[in-house]
Amino acid sequence: MSGPEAHWRAALAEGRFLLQRTAEGTAIFPPRVAAPGRGEPTLEWFEASGRGTVYSLSWIQRRPPAAPYNVALIDLEEGARLMSRVEDVDAGALAIGMPVEAFIDRSGEEPILLFRPAGDRS
Amino acid sequence: MSDSFPRGRTAIAGLATFGVGEMPGYSSIELTAKAGLQALEDSGLSLRDVDALYICQPDDFFAGLTFAEYLGIQPRYTDNNRTGGSAFMSHMASAALALDAGYIDCALIAYGSNQRSNGGKLATKITSNAWDLPYAPLFPLTSYALAATRHMHEFGTTREDLAAVALAARAWAQTNPEAFARGPLTLDDCLSARMVSTPISVRDCCLVTDGAAAIVMTRTDRARDLAKPPVPVLGAAAATWWNSIAQAPDVTVTAASESGPRAMAMAGVSPDDIQTAQLYDAFTINTILFLEDLGFCPKGEGGRFVSSGAIAPGGSMPVNTNGGGLSYCHPGMYGLFAIIEAARQIRGEAANQLPGIDLALAHGNGGTLSSQATAVLGSMATL
Repeated sequence: MSGPEAHWRAALAEGRFLLQRTAEGTAIFPPRVAAPGRGEPTLEWFEASGRGTVYSLSWIQRRPPAAPYNVALIDLEEGARLMSRVEDVDAGALAIGMPVEAFIDRSGEEPILLFRPAGDRS
Repeated sequence: MSDSFPRGRTAIAGLATFGVGEMPGYSSIELTAKAGLQALEDSGLSLRDVDALYICQPDDFFAGLTFAEYLGIQPRYTDNNRTGGSAFMSHMASAALALDAGYIDCALIAYGSNQRSNGGKLATKITSNAWDLPYAPLFPLTSYALAATRHMHEFGTTREDLAAVALAARAWAQTNPEAFARGPLTLDDCLSARMVSTPISVRDCCLVTDGAAAIVMTRTDRARDLAKPPVPVLGAAAATWWNSIAQAPDVTVTAASESGPRAMAMAGVSPDDIQTAQLYDAFTINTILFLEDLGFCPKGEGGRFVSSGAIAPGGSMPVNTNGGGLSYCHPGMYGLFAIIEAARQIRGEAANQLPGIDLALAHGNGGTLSSQATAVLGSMATL
């Protein structure tokens, strides 16, 4: 047995992006032991579509030659919101409302969830 | 549910700032103790009178214990409430309730930091949560940038509007000898400043300074007989809506839209009655958000409101009359400095004194727009 955070991370390591939903169908992120604001412990795991849109964004500038990177808030199709980064996109192209899709990046120590513009499989 | 608050029955009896700007060679607790003792001297009370401590330090999670030991007192009550820069308005609310209940008789609320002299960086161990951390947002700056980007998108707020906040703060600071940043600042300086996390440039960010502040609170009937005119606390309310900005349902609406109306309802006043507002301006977007959320202008109009000159010297709604966190001082947590400027305006002893101030508002912000707390202060004439 493990808590919901460990469960979520284990699933991500297996290539699955999970969300929880309440009995009413409200999607929850980050994972919790109970429904926020209600306390009901009957949360159900389900696999997210990975589809979302950019809700807000910021480009963080670094000392050259390091390139700027972005931090974005992503509204998931299912309703939850999370912080992430959108890859494969220029500063001029990344915009609020842009459709994006999730992928799992394994280049670091721990797998993390990233996004790229929807339909861009390059 | 409406709030119950002892309107005007407790008051600020003493206040002090110490080491605002640069104070090399002092530790944070030394600065805090100096401010605390000067606030007591200002009130005419002594250390022996203090039976409650309220404190939140940047670098010491047990600051209440450290402060009691340092001062050499054994308080009946020690409060280490830590909601960020809003903590001090929460301290005021708790102290008012405890004083009015007779649970304590004299509260010392204090803060101090040597963060400028001690490395020049924000001295906090707080960082993003585990869900946000992998994406390396600058903490806390990028969270405010995310709010600003969205505000620009929804309401047409511009970088010029953000700059208007910095320019107003600087204009106030230029006639406040205690302010740290008093040099010239132009719109072009702001717009051409080094970008940090879009749309926030270095000129949209608060200062990194040293500084300490303290206030003494007691019951108003006792404060009447002390050294300085009492500044009654008419209302104080805190609201917490999230921790991470990613959990904000709408990043353009903060919990100030709850804490402000609650505090003003306790005080029996409306935004139109407030003569000056001291708003925690960690970043220029904060002032715009809080002006809207506190009801000084409609939601979405904050950018145009500040660009009209309303908050600058000579404007209709004087804001951050000491120069604010952007130009007066920002030693990590600014909340208590906003309270002190509001109280100084009511006492008639502010550097940029406005005529006939009977009602002033101080608003604190903590975390990443997470915790909001508002206090309404009045003159004795408002009782």
